Amino acid sequence: MADLATTFAGIRSPNPFWLASAPPTDKEYNVVRAFRAGWGGAVWKTLGEDPPIVNTASRYGAVSFNGARIAGFSNIELITDRPLAVNLSEIKAVKRAWPDRALVVSLMVPCAEESWKRILGAVEDTGADGVELNFGCPHGMSERGMGSAVGQVPDYVEMVVRWCKQATRMPVIVKLTPNITDILAPARAARRGGADAVSLINTVQSITGVDLDLMAPMPVVDGQGTHGGYCGPAVKPIALCMVAGIARDSECASLPISGIGGIATWRDAAEFIALGAGTVQVCTAAMHRGFRIVTDMIDGLANWMDRAGYRRIEDFRGRAVRNFVHWEDLNLNYRTVAHIDQDLCIRCGLCHIACEDTAHQAIAARRANGRRQYEVIAAECVGCNLCAHACPVEDCISMVPVPTGRPRLTWKQHPNNPERREAAE
Amino acid sequence: MDGDGLSAHRIPRDVIAANFADCAPALSHDEAQVAAARCYFCHDAPCIEACPTGIDIPLFIRGIATGNLKGAAQTILDANIFGGSCARVCPTEILCQRACVRTAQEEKPVAIGALQRHATDWLFAQKLQPYSRAPATSRRIAVVGAGPAGLACAHALARLGHSVTVFEAREKPGGLNEYGIAAYKLVDDFAQSEIAFILGLGGIAVEYGRSLGQNLALSALRQNFDAVFLGLGLAGANRLGLPGEDLPGVANAIDFIAALRQATDKSTLPIARQVVVVGGGNTAIDAATQARKLGAEEVSIVYRRGPEAMSATLEEQERAQVNGVTIRHWATPVALEAVAGQLAAVVFEHTRPDSAGRAVGNGERFVLPAQMLLKAIGQHFLPEPLATEGPRLEGGRIAVNKDGETSLPGVFAGGDCIAGPDLTVQAVENGKIAARAIHRHLGF
Repeated sequence: MADLATTFAGIRSPNPFWLASAPPTDKEYNVVRAFRAGWGGAVWKTLGEDPPIVNTASRYGAVSFNGARIAGFSNIELITDRPLAVNLSEIKAVKRAWPDRALVVSLMVPCAEESWKRILGAVEDTGADGVELNFGCPHGMSERGMGSAVGQVPDYVEMVVRWCKQATRMPVIVKLTPNITDILAPARAARRGGADAVSLINTVQSITGVDLDLMAPMPVVDGQGTHGGYCGPAVKPIALCMVAGIARDSECASLPISGIGGIATWRDAAEFIALGAGTVQVCTAAMHRGFRIVTDMIDGLANWMDRAGYRRIEDFRGRAVRNFVHWEDLNLNYRTVAHIDQDLCIRCGLCHIACEDTAHQAIAARRANGRRQYEVIAAECVGCNLCAHACPVEDCISMVPVPTGRPRLTWKQHPNNPERREAAE
Repeated sequence: MDGDGLSAHRIPRDVIAANFADCAPALSHDEAQVAAARCYFCHDAPCIEACPTGIDIPLFIRGIATGNLKGAAQTILDANIFGGSCARVCPTEILCQRACVRTAQEEKPVAIGALQRHATDWLFAQKLQPYSRAPATSRRIAVVGAGPAGLACAHALARLGHSVTVFEAREKPGGLNEYGIAAYKLVDDFAQSEIAFILGLGGIAVEYGRSLGQNLALSALRQNFDAVFLGLGLAGANRLGLPGEDLPGVANAIDFIAALRQATDKSTLPIARQVVVVGGGNTAIDAATQARKLGAEEVSIVYRRGPEAMSATLEEQERAQVNGVTIRHWATPVALEAVAGQLAAVVFEHTRPDSAGRAVGNGERFVLPAQMLLKAIGQHFLPEPLATEGPRLEGGRIAVNKDGETSLPGVFAGGDCIAGPDLTVQAVENGKIAARAIHRHLGF
């Protein structure tokens, strides 16, 4: 059986599945339930300075897609609304009771060195394994000069990290906001400041919808709305891209990454790990279905690793990073053509209409003895994949590589590229 | 009360009422959303082609999925003004839902019929009238028969601005929707409320108790109207041709079904302890299933061929079976036995296919005790009311061209009186096609 134990920025956990700093980790009761369910770690919901903030009703918006609930999720909740002392004593109790689990404390205080020093000292006394600097929260706190307001300014990131590293012996993880043009800027700044790791992504600024009766953005608070932070399955592709971008960056190289964003299954986790993440953090999936989802995450990841021949997480961590290249490095001489398995085809015609209306007119609609028949016109097919995605039948349409007899050719070498660099030159 | 003969109140009234509740209750909002989400919105969707009225099924299901119920309902009703009753009575398992690509994929079609009901029910509940009439044309059309064919034709013509008079022999409109469908498929007097919606358009007058050959003549209609549409049913019930066929206890299944539909308190209807139904179509199923629901203890359907030859769909056969009906194949009735002038048993002979595939008796007999025999061996068209002036017949029914026009100029026909599947949805399509042809015939 595969060994899922991880050591991340010096913090050990029995498995890479941590709960992200969020409502599920707001208090001892929840975190104990999570640890009982098997979670490898938890990042305690963000602590701030007293007096505590105040929250609204409601706090969440969600996007359903074609019958699937919470395909995307948004919140306008702020950091913990409980007194600092209460949180600290509970953190201490939980860590004492669960010494084998990772317990990291998320922090957000005003951008002043004294504030950070004060709270770091208090957290250190709890015995927590590390801290996560919340530079990501895009709503409510950012307007007060905290959260993403810091994360969007690389110089601030570097400065605050430096203060924190000087003030504590605990590992410092920096949680990054995706609400920025280039994720490498704050990631590199965190590294320059001495961060032990980064975690990403925090939520994406969002309005989940508009209540057309109230004419108000959702979620609605007494007839009005504000932007929230978007998360859940819908943001996973954005998160994967940002994680991978940091993983392949030479300046950030070897900076541990805790992957966050739409992770709901072992497969999601494996994908983040393959792109360089050392642990993963989960929130929305647990808020949707409860903590026991971790059973299948642990089990599923271990079973997949056994099948794939990986004994430890490190055996496959980052394995897909080398294949995450820039567009100009892709082989332009590689060709595929769609192939429709006529025995599996259910005659829905979606491949045809997608190609006909919106792509390359490469799938013909025919009738053979009155029966619908959809056939690929190989000469017109550019191998774009659209039909395979539109097809509702697993494996009915496959993209078959076609030998071209031509050598690998990238844009860098392509004759159409005005700036091409000839290998010979 | 006669314990062995026919008797009402065999089981408590409330049990009977529950037995006749809606056999396929309406979908809830959530159920409809789940069902609608399963539709792939196919291109050139096979379900549309499988619907005799060509409803744009993917489009109306998308309307349900997006919360555009009015658009969904109108998509249905534009193609089939009887979309509400067709949603309930159509054998979708052999039409749209059999063609659904989900059937090919996983043998579980999108619940098209139930979704169609969801959308149309919504529109009816809102009491919306989405249709209006074109400016009056001063043309008058006579429609004979207020069944689905006749009223579909009348509605389409009235929308075009024509003035329509419908002549109906019975005291209520609806035809087989009112008299010929099992009660548990069209509950809450749905047939009548649907017709009230159809007539709510205006421009359609209905005269009841007007029967061709009695107080109505085709020649007079041709004289007094610009065009005539014959939406006639099959008035003749086939007979077994056995001695004793008129014994008390022997009845036509269609009459039994009609009486059930018209009874406000079904517990007052007499039923036997042991009932035999002869036939293999949906009429046999409807009669047998309802006999059980009324309190008959033993009900058998006897059919002269095998299950695959029954015109009742497999789903309908199963409905009868789960309601406790025994379906016996490969047997035909050969004699009726009476006790004290009342049916007591039916004698059957086993059959088998001969070399030409016909079912023939093999000489072996068995007896089923029965105090009630319901004959469901088909109906036929009775041309006599049309008299000698009637249109040409073909195969015992009125011959029509692709526009529904008969051999008589200006006389059109549709529904069960012409060749084709005897389905409500087919009758609606006949009426719709004929209305367009009549419009052209009138010079528009």
